[in-house]
Amino acid sequence: MKIINQSLSVLALSIASSTLLAQELSISLTNLTQGLYFTPVVTAAHSSSYGIFMSGSAATPELQAMAEGGDISGLVTMLTNANANVDENPAGGLLAPGMSTSFTLSTDDDNMRLSLSAMILPSNDGFVGLSGWDIPQESGTHTIFLNAYDAGTEANDELRGSGVPGEAGMPVPPPLAPNLGMNGTGLTDVENNTLIHIHRGSIGDDDLTGGKSDISNSIHRWLNPVAKLTITIQ
Amino acid sequence: MFTFKTNQANRSMFSKALVASALTLALSACSDDDNTQAIEPPPVVVTPPPTPVEYSYTVTVTNLTNAQPLSPIAVLLHGNTGENAMWKTGARASVPLEKLAEGGDNADFLADESAIANQASDDVVLPGMSTSVIITSTDLIANYFTVATMLVNTNDAFSGLTGIDISSLAIDENKSWNINAYDSGTELNNEAAGTMPGPADGGIGYDSTRDDVDFVGYHSGVVSQDDGLSSSVLTQAHRFDNPVIKVTIIRTK
Repeated sequence: MKIINQSLSVLALSIASSTLLAQELSISLTNLTQGLYFTPVVTAAHSSSYGIFMSGSAATPELQAMAEGGDISGLVTMLTNANANVDENPAGGLLAPGMSTSFTLSTDDDNMRLSLSAMILPSNDGFVGLSGWDIPQESGTHTIFLNAYDAGTEANDELRGSGVPGEAGMPVPPPLAPNLGMNGTGLTDVENNTLIHIHRGSIGDDDLTGGKSDISNSIHRWLNPVAKLTITIQ
Repeated sequence: MFTFKTNQANRSMFSKALVASALTLALSACSDDDNTQAIEPPPVVVTPPPTPVEYSYTVTVTNLTNAQPLSPIAVLLHGNTGENAMWKTGARASVPLEKLAEGGDNADFLADESAIANQASDDVVLPGMSTSVIITSTDLIANYFTVATMLVNTNDAFSGLTGIDISSLAIDENKSWNINAYDSGTELNNEAAGTMPGPADGGIGYDSTRDDVDFVGYHSGVVSQDDGLSSSVLTQAHRFDNPVIKVTIIRTK
């Protein structure tokens, strides 16, 4: 009788959880820009009580490390500990302008929201993001256009510098170096909005050897959206 | 041989086929009396060749920018070109697209081999204005459409949609999109005198030299002389943000 009870309760559990089914997602991310690089991408299916970031909230230290330096290891650990299904670094490094990367994500029951982030370069603390998209239950293909956010953790001085959280300036991986200027004086040392917000865009200048910014104003600016995400639910 | 990937396309083809077979049945029913003893000779039924069903669409483009006239609007109907839509982010622009995006010249673009029907507006579309293009086909596979136009006060910015499935559109039904600006990637965005065909410059449009990234992507906007690009002849007035055009398609037949 006890055995029957147990199997009954297992059955009841499986019926209850069948409203939140595990899913197979095929995901493709396209960098729509002609001048921005994306650092390693982290994507997660997670519960409704958890995510990667939220506009109007302060960045977590893990998000700050991603947005200022492209380091997703903290976010991956945090998400994994929260039982999220995580895909990390599908492009195997930088996702160059105009390029796409594809991957699959198997989601567990209850992980019904999808989030994604990657730092955009050149920027001080800019990132492309998706926050808590409701994964539809039905099979089908969905296209989502993603905007650029500012983590609010570092002043946008637009100068060559550091990717270490809390240190000024922008990290400059090799593919980015040729088009960036140097010896700029810096646009600002103030971050007005210290919460996560839509990035106001870079200013840049046309002086590769000086000026206020090390960013090129005719190569590295952008208009939203900066990325396209295509999600096929099987 | 065209294959239809979506269920909607299949449904549409299926319903067209059903209409055609219903017509055939109706026509043949009149003379279906071979086994009866006819006192009078059966009337001669002349079966006229079926009139091809005409599909007609009105495509309206609204210019959402402040000071970027749009080159004459190019509209095409074609079959399912799949990945071979007339442009793709990350892929090189065709020469006809380059001519459209750099110079506003849509002649080669309209002549694309995939086109079952093509049509263009006569004039440019000024900021705030709208223009409509009517395009018609009797071809059952002309279920996809492309629309494209240049933002003429730029080096190589264009906007539009390509390879959009309209097979599920019913008569009098419409669809609308707000569309962003693309950069054909074929000409450096120096905004310099003599490089842009629009009234802000009056320069040369198409130049076969490819001195930019050489792939299609989203446009980063014009900088202008007012915002720090010293080579630019554009002003603050020519700046734009997404979206830059609104496209509406209505099926009328």
